[in-house]
Amino acid sequence: MAEILSRNNMLFVLDGLRVTLYISALSIALSLVFGTALGVMRSLTRGIPQKIAAVYIEVVRNIPNLLWIYVIFIVFRLKSIQAGVVSFTIFTSAAMGEIVRGGLNSVGKGQWEAARSQGFSFLQILLYVVLPQALRNMVPALVSQFVTVIKDTSLLWSVVAIQELTGKVTILMGRYYRVDQVFVLYAILALIYFVVNFAISQLSRMLHKRWAYQ
Amino acid sequence: MFSGNGPFAWFKWEALFTDWRLFASGFGYTILLSVCALLLALFIGIIVGICSTSQSKILRGIMRVYVEFFQNTPLLVQIFVLYNGLPFLGVVLSVTTIGVVGVGVYHGAYIAEVVRSGIGSISKGQLEAAYSQGFTYWQAMAYIIIPQARRVIMPPLTMQAVNLIKNTSMIAIISGADIIFTAKSWSSTNMYYGPAFVLAGLLYFILCFPLTRAAKKMELKAQEHAPGMIREHAA
Repeated sequence: MAEILSRNNMLFVLDGLRVTLYISALSIALSLVFGTALGVMRSLTRGIPQKIAAVYIEVVRNIPNLLWIYVIFIVFRLKSIQAGVVSFTIFTSAAMGEIVRGGLNSVGKGQWEAARSQGFSFLQILLYVVLPQALRNMVPALVSQFVTVIKDTSLLWSVVAIQELTGKVTILMGRYYRVDQVFVLYAILALIYFVVNFAISQLSRMLHKRWAYQ
Repeated sequence: MFSGNGPFAWFKWEALFTDWRLFASGFGYTILLSVCALLLALFIGIIVGICSTSQSKILRGIMRVYVEFFQNTPLLVQIFVLYNGLPFLGVVLSVTTIGVVGVGVYHGAYIAEVVRSGIGSISKGQLEAAYSQGFTYWQAMAYIIIPQARRVIMPPLTMQAVNLIKNTSMIAIISGADIIFTAKSWSSTNMYYGPAFVLAGLLYFILCFPLTRAAKKMELKAQEHAPGMIREHAA
């Protein structure tokens, strides 16, 4: 037990957590940008951008993330953390697009009309009036998507041997063979994911409550 | 790209069609896994969801721990514990059992949340009225609350079914012969990745897209019928 919890082992595991968080944070940041664009495009009533966004979102989100990871890594022959970020961005952008669309829907039409009457342009209305209000309604869905990304990066070890959190713990497991040692390692692994994700969800709940009362 | 020796060359498609039985059986396995896991997840989710609205603080606490634990740790890690961990205790489960139990228990937590918030959308007066008429808690749930909450519950529940189908693909990692595993193993022997992955994607799309559409339609309908309160919960 004490042997497993040695300083070297813990540093080894934390290095995996660093990779997990790095891939997740970068994918989330990129998908927020692309997802917002997709969500806005899809909210348009007609036109080619609306169709492109609709097709992209529906095709990507109705196919498992795992398949997109395989496609990026096998077909395009990329094997690196960057490729991990690319595959997660492809998938998460579609999910974010739907969340943004839902958020935009939740803002009343009156807001558009009022802003237009004040001489705001389309982009100005979107950026200064509608998106900030939509964001409040989107927080729970957005954060649960963040948690999904962090959890799903665990696929990267099994598929392409990127040494993120699950990978590092699995490597450590190869050095131990007693039942208690293996379960301690699994407990540590689950606990780290839990602490990170639970903290994020609680933060979002607080934020959502505070904004709801304003 | 489609000619000569390109990734989508015609002869590669021909090879794929020759081996269609392989893919059909992968498709069937994914459906089997999804249906069994969904039944388990519904069973767990409805019970846990209803218990999460009970008066007892202890019961609510236990349900909370279950939901938070399974929602905040990766499904893959849970599957690894069943697949790699349990044999250390002398328990060896088949890959199919691991798929059904792993995916079912994981999505049970999500469905519980959907059911809980659906019940929360029905006003307390309904339950009180049912009590005043002599209904017990479970009778009130079964005959008064759940039928009303159904409209709110169905759209997010359908989206959970879609997520569940997609997540059964994780069984490919422990060599369950589902769609992705079939595509991967078939193409790793002959290197015909292009057609294999297109077909795999198409098979998942055929399963998931109709459900996604149905969820959206139900959501729109629920908004029409009961504006305000329901709109808030359907999001």
